[in-house]
Amino acid sequence: MTATPDTPGGAPTLRSWLLTETPTSRRHARYSSFYKGWLSFRSNTMAMIGLGILVALVAIAIFAPLIAPHDPYAQDLGNRLQPLGTDGHVLGTDSLGRDILSRLIFGSRITLYIVALVALIAPIAGLLVGTVSGYAGGFVDSVLMRITDIFLAFPRLVLALAFVAALGAGIENAVLAISLTAWPPYARIARAETLTIRGSDFISAVRLQGAGPLRIIMRHIWPLCVSSLIVRVTLDMAGIILAAAGLGFLGLGAQPPSPEWGAMISEGRRFILDHWWVATMPGLAIFTVSLAFNLLGDGLRDVLDPKDSGS
Amino acid sequence: MSMLSVSDLNVWFGTGRDRVDAVRDATFDVPAGESFGLVGESGSGKSTILRAITGLAPTWSGRIEVNGMTLGPRRDRAFYKTVQMVFQDPYASLHPRHSVDAVLGETLHLHGFKDIDARVVKLLDDVGLGGQFRFRYPHQLSGGQRQRVAIARALAGEPEILLLDEPTSALDVSVQAEILNLLTDLRAERSLTYVMVSHDLAVVGHMCGRLAVMKDGRIVEIMDVQALRDRQATHPYSQELLRNSIGA
Amino acid sequence: MSLLDVENLWVKFPTRQGVFDAVRGVSFTLGKERLGIVGESGSGKSMTGRAILRLIRPPGIVQADHIKLGGDDLLQKSEKDMRAVRGQRISMVMQDPKFSLNPVMRIGDQLIEAYRLANKSDRKGAKSTAIEALEAVSIRDPERVMRAYPHEMSGGMGQRIMIAMMLIPDPEILIADEPTSALDVSVQRQVLSIMDKLVTDRGMGLIFISHDLNLVADFCDRVLIMYSGRVVEVCQADRLHEATHPYTRGLLKSLPRLDQPQGKLQVLKRDPAWADAPSVSGRA
Repeated sequence: MTATPDTPGGAPTLRSWLLTETPTSRRHARYSSFYKGWLSFRSNTMAMIGLGILVALVAIAIFAPLIAPHDPYAQDLGNRLQPLGTDGHVLGTDSLGRDILSRLIFGSRITLYIVALVALIAPIAGLLVGTVSGYAGGFVDSVLMRITDIFLAFPRLVLALAFVAALGAGIENAVLAISLTAWPPYARIARAETLTIRGSDFISAVRLQGAGPLRIIMRHIWPLCVSSLIVRVTLDMAGIILAAAGLGFLGLGAQPPSPEWGAMISEGRRFILDHWWVATMPGLAIFTVSLAFNLLGDGLRDVLDPKDSGS
Repeated sequence: MSMLSVSDLNVWFGTGRDRVDAVRDATFDVPAGESFGLVGESGSGKSTILRAITGLAPTWSGRIEVNGMTLGPRRDRAFYKTVQMVFQDPYASLHPRHSVDAVLGETLHLHGFKDIDARVVKLLDDVGLGGQFRFRYPHQLSGGQRQRVAIARALAGEPEILLLDEPTSALDVSVQAEILNLLTDLRAERSLTYVMVSHDLAVVGHMCGRLAVMKDGRIVEIMDVQALRDRQATHPYSQELLRNSIGA
Repeated sequence: MSLLDVENLWVKFPTRQGVFDAVRGVSFTLGKERLGIVGESGSGKSMTGRAILRLIRPPGIVQADHIKLGGDDLLQKSEKDMRAVRGQRISMVMQDPKFSLNPVMRIGDQLIEAYRLANKSDRKGAKSTAIEALEAVSIRDPERVMRAYPHEMSGGMGQRIMIAMMLIPDPEILIADEPTSALDVSVQRQVLSIMDKLVTDRGMGLIFISHDLNLVADFCDRVLIMYSGRVVEVCQADRLHEATHPYTRGLLKSLPRLDQPQGKLQVLKRDPAWADAPSVSGRA
C-alpha cells in the first residue's frame, strides 16, 4: 500500500515510534499494537464516554471515604426522607436518615466487587470448558456440552435464587450464584470459535511442529477466543449488575445496612409514591453504569474482534 | 535410496454412506534430493496425499515410508523433524496474533533448540527477510512475505523433506517467481527433497524432475518433466490437461 | 462509437495516514469489444470495475471527469437511477459464484426474479426465458438446474449460472472480475468460450479483469495493464508479448514456461518511476 504519511521526515517522536511498521523488539511490537488499538478505540466517541464513566466509577470507589460527605451508615432519624437538594444532603436521605449520595458512593465499591468477581469466574470457566470441548471433540465434547445445556435450561434468576437459598444470603454467594448461571453462554461462544480455529492452517502448521493439545489450546486458541469473550463479558456486565441488584432487591444478595444499589432500591420501594428519589437515585446509578459497560463493549468489539482486524 | 515411498495409499473421509474416497491406491517413490510434482484439478486428491503423509488426514490405509521407516498411525517428533509442510494460503497459515518472532521462536523451541535468538535471525536471513520483519504481525506483511515466514517455519527444524501444497497459487506472478527461486535455492543449499502439489503445469515443470498426474483420487500417470515438455503424455487425461494448460 | 467512456477516474480512500489513491487518473473507452484489465493484487483493477458501477463502499470516494454510458454520465445519476443501471445496462460477474447467489433460494427462482425485475412479465414467460438463458450458457438439463440450490452446483456450473443471470436483462456491458480464477483450467476454457460467444452474438462490450496475462492475451481484443492505480500500458491483446513497458515485460518473463526451461526465474525489479508516471490513456 502506498499511503502518504502525514508526518514527513518521520522525526523520532513517541507517536512515530509507536506507529512504526518495523518494531525493533518484542516489547516495542506489543506497545505498538496496543497503541494502534487505542487509536481506533479513541475514534469511537460513545465508547470513550463509556470508558470515562467507568474510570470515574473506579476512582469514586477507590476514594470513597474522601469523597463521601457523610458516613453511609450513620443514621439520623430526625432527618429522614429529606428531598433532593436539602442542605448537606444533595440527593436527600433515606428512611433512616442516611445520606443517599454517600451510600451510592460507597455502593460503587460493592458493584465493582461483584463485577470484578463475576468477570473473573464466569468467562474463565466458560473459556476452559468451551475450548477443551471444541478442541477435543467426540465424547468429551458431548459430555461437556450436555452439562452446559443443562445449565442453560435453568432460568437465570431462579437458579441463582436456589443457590443463594441453599448457601445463604450474602454478596459472595450472590456472586457465586450469578457466575454459575453466567458461564454457559461463554462456553458456547468459546466452543464455536474453537471449532472454526481448530481446522485452520495455522493450527495444522503448529501441530506439524509437534505441539501438543495443551499448548495449542493455551497458546493458539485462547488468544483468539479471549477478545470475543471480553467483548461479550462487557456487554453482559449490565445484566450481571442488574442480576446482583435483583438479588439485593429480593433481599438475597447484599444484606442491610450494606449500601448495595439493588438493596437500596428495595428499601426505597416502600416510599416510592411520596419519596420517589430514595429508590430512583440508586436506579439511575445502576442505569448509568450498565449503559457505560454496553458502550465500552461496543467500542471494544470494533477494536478486538479478530474477524475485522488483522486482514 | 528412496526418501519417501508411498504404496497403495487410500485416504477417505466419513463413514458408511457418507464415505468419500479422496485417494485410491496411490503409489510413488521419491528418491533423496528429488523434486516430485503432484498435479491435477481441484478435488483430485493431490493435497490429501500430503495431509495423509503428515498425519493431518487420519483415516488412511496403505504404506508410507520416510527414509526407510514405515509410518504408523501416530507421528512422533522425529517425523516432524524430518518432514515439514508449506501450506497453500499464506493468509491462513500464520496465527493472526503471533508475531514473526513468536512463530519462529515457538517452532524452534518445539524442536528443542537452545540458541533460539540466533536461529530466528538466521532463518529470516535464509528466506530473504531482513531483521526488520522479525517483530511484525502477519497483517503487516504482504502475501509473499508471509509465505517466506511460512517457509522459514518449515525449515526451522532442519527437515529433509518439504511438502509444498500449492505454495504460490495465492500469490501474484512476480511474487511467485521470487518464492519459486527461493525454494530452488533452498533445495540446492540444504539438499532437500520436495513433493510439490500444484494445479499449474508450468510451475511443476519448472520446479520438479518427475511428476504424477492425478484424477479422481487416482494417479493416472507418472512421467518425467522432459516428457511433459515434449508433450509425450500417454494417458488421455494428462494429454487433455496439457492441452488446457498450454492453450494449444 | 463507444459504449462506455471513462475519463480521469480516481478512487480515493481516506485513512489515518492520509488519503490512499487506489485508482489514479484512469481513462479508457469501451466499444463492442473485449477489453482486458490486467495487474497484480493492489493494482486497482477491481476497483476500476467497481467504480464504474459506483459500487465503492464509503468511506471510499469515486471521482472522474465523466463516466459516460451512451450519452448519460453515471456520476450525475442519483443512487436510485444507478440501481436501474446496475444489472440492467451493465452487469457484473464476480470471482466466486458461491457468494453471489442466494444460498436459500432455488436457482430457477433467482433467475425468474432477475428477469421479472428487468421486464414486466408473467411467471410463465419469465420461466421460459430463464431456461433459455441456462441453455445459452451450455447447461445441459436446465429444468433440473432450475430446481437446484446453489450449493448443489460445482464451481464451473455456478459461474455459468451467474453469467446466465447477468445476461437475462440483456445488458450493454458485462464487467467480469476474475470470473474464472476459482475454476480448474478445463472448466475455465469452457466458461470463457461461453462468454466469448455471448459477447460476439449479442454485440456487448466486455471488461475482463484478471491477473492472468496469458489468459487475457488469448481471450481479449485490447488490454490495459495497471500498476499501482495507473494504466502503464495499452496494447492489442495478440501483441501483448511484444509489450514495451518494463513492468509488462517483467511480468511476462517472471512466468515459468514449459517450453523454455530455465534454472532461475527472472524476478521483477520494480521502478518507483512506474507508479509516478501519468496514466496512459486507454481511448480507442
